[in-house]
Amino acid sequence: MNKKQKSLLIRIIIAAVFFVPLYLISEDIVHVELPKWVIIVLFLIPYLTVGYDILRKAALGIKNKQVFDENFLMAIATIGAIVLGEYGEGVAVMLLYQVGELFQSYAVGKSRRNISDLMDIRPDYANIEVDGELEQVDPEEVEIGSIIVVQPGEKVPLDGVIVEGRSAMNTSALTGESKPVDVEEGETVLSGSINMTGVLKVQTTTEFDESTASKILDLVENASSRKSKSENFISKFARVYTPIVVYCALALAILPPLFVMITKVGMGSYETVGKLWMDWILRACTFLVISCPCAVVISIPLSFFAGIGGASKQGILVKGSNYLETLSEVRVVAFDKTGTITKGNFEVTAIHHSPLEEKMMLEYAALAECHSSHPISLSLQQAYAGKLDQSRVTDVEEISGHGIIAKVDGHDVAIGNEKMMTKVGVEFHPCSHVGTIIHMALDGAYAGHIVISDELKPTSKEAMAALKRAGVEKTVMLTGDAKSVAEKVAAEVGVSDFRAELLPADKVNAVEELLAECSGNKRLAFVGDGINDAPVLSRADIGIAMGALGSDAAIEAADIVLMDDDPIKIPKAIKISRKCLGIVKQNIVFALAVKVVCLVLAALGIANMWVAIIADVGVMILAVLNAIRCLFVSKL
Amino acid sequence: MKKTYKIDVDCAACADKMEVAAQKTEGVKDCTVNFMTLKMKVEFEEGADAAEVMKNVRANCKKVEDDCEVFI
Repeated sequence: MNKKQKSLLIRIIIAAVFFVPLYLISEDIVHVELPKWVIIVLFLIPYLTVGYDILRKAALGIKNKQVFDENFLMAIATIGAIVLGEYGEGVAVMLLYQVGELFQSYAVGKSRRNISDLMDIRPDYANIEVDGELEQVDPEEVEIGSIIVVQPGEKVPLDGVIVEGRSAMNTSALTGESKPVDVEEGETVLSGSINMTGVLKVQTTTEFDESTASKILDLVENASSRKSKSENFISKFARVYTPIVVYCALALAILPPLFVMITKVGMGSYETVGKLWMDWILRACTFLVISCPCAVVISIPLSFFAGIGGASKQGILVKGSNYLETLSEVRVVAFDKTGTITKGNFEVTAIHHSPLEEKMMLEYAALAECHSSHPISLSLQQAYAGKLDQSRVTDVEEISGHGIIAKVDGHDVAIGNEKMMTKVGVEFHPCSHVGTIIHMALDGAYAGHIVISDELKPTSKEAMAALKRAGVEKTVMLTGDAKSVAEKVAAEVGVSDFRAELLPADKVNAVEELLAECSGNKRLAFVGDGINDAPVLSRADIGIAMGALGSDAAIEAADIVLMDDDPIKIPKAIKISRKCLGIVKQNIVFALAVKVVCLVLAALGIANMWVAIIADVGVMILAVLNAIRCLFVSKL
Repeated sequence: MKKTYKIDVDCAACADKMEVAAQKTEGVKDCTVNFMTLKMKVEFEEGADAAEVMKNVRANCKKVEDDCEVFI
């Protein structure tokens, strides 16, 4: 508890100690003979102790023309009750209102801390070796290229490459994956992961502000700034709800007694005209007590905040409450194939119809592709295994969706898919193997083809089944690959539809078509690995980038970022969003229903102030506790 | 130009009021207040003097919610 909360708690306790005996006396449960004015004065002690700041704020509110805030309402309602002789109720309302305020402030503070603990990846210091001794410095002061030492049990403060040592890393704070990852010299370590076993010397590759840990923290902290429809609805609602209830209260205080006085209908149940007015004014005061919209106003952002916090613990970064909301409405999921459903590490599995020696053909292919970072090019370079002399390659031209034309050792090389062969006018042999087929033409003559295949990720199939169970109606795979490959992969993982042979631009069109098919509240999510698909990520209702750790472009373009590349996280993210939105709806419906019922009962004179304040504070406490459930998502 | 400021406020409804008050301040193009992280993100009009505008933002926020603070 902070200082403010502690002082409020003390005030509440003091007021309660005074209030309880006084209440018993005033209700004649304990018989003590006191003049009436003494009781009133004594009641003012707990009232002012616990409520002076509310009265002060109410006065300031009037001065600043902010009439309809809850301080004003509480002040009017309680003063009204006391003036009308209901001292006990008036003080009790103020007391319980403050109990509610204290609880709310405590619960919000607690969940703020909980969530920042979840995201405890901010490094406190970096070790730098100075004259053989380790010195702890602020990570912000470490320059790019410095050597830092990470000891077992310490957090890696900055991204870098290991120059000495080997160890096992715990990356669970980043990816949600608790299995340790083994690392050794030459490998990259990311800030925020924890070194478990060996001492590592790391050459840093980023500054602190650009490091993975800083970026993730920034993303999560800014996430709830993008407000969801529910949040906007509630803040608009709160702005109109309070004035409406206040005017209703005013009407309730004036119209019914006037009506009774004029028509004399029902006058019989009141002893005097004064009693008649008192009764209705008291009902109006009860109305004011219920007019505070705190319960919903606090619980909705709290739910989203907790949901986003819980999801980030699972390695799912949601960039805003609005995206969490949209994600819960997703009914169609489109996937990129390579790197999303499949591992994306292509391997050369066969070479056919080559008049050249296989090794020689691979060499030309690898050389022609040596400037490209496309996964297929990388696998060719890997299969060749030898050293590639880039100076042997000239006039490289990359034709998107076709392949590459280049001169290698002065020979014209054209390499790519069937479209490429048609384009350069070379007759080719189609291949019976399933996989990505790379044809090559050397000096205008066909030089055979290379078969490259890719593996499914182990959890792809399970993820599709889980998506179906989660109510996703359609899963579509989009790929630039040949139809035969797409067909095989689609059947294997169990997607409901696929589109093959798409150029990068076609993927946007394919998503547009799918979007057009989505009617009403159905939303479309696109999942990609962030390489080449930024436009598609931003076109879909929800763009999900996976395996995005370290890829800035993907983090930038996507709405939801999966820290590792496990497709099972997609159904998980959807389930988290559903749970969170479910809780939001429960809170809205529950809180509003209770308010409306209480308002009606108060108007009818059935509910008194006690019922009103207990309903008000009780609903708020229940709504806050319910909202905190959003944090617990690990078992979804 | 966008800048983020730390704030202190006790209730979610008050945070909403601060947001509206800040948005209405001259020189502020847009503003979002995040009650959960206690942060105010302000986008300034072009050519506006951030320090000067923030003084007014703070004053306007104080007007709608006495018990708040914007750390400039």
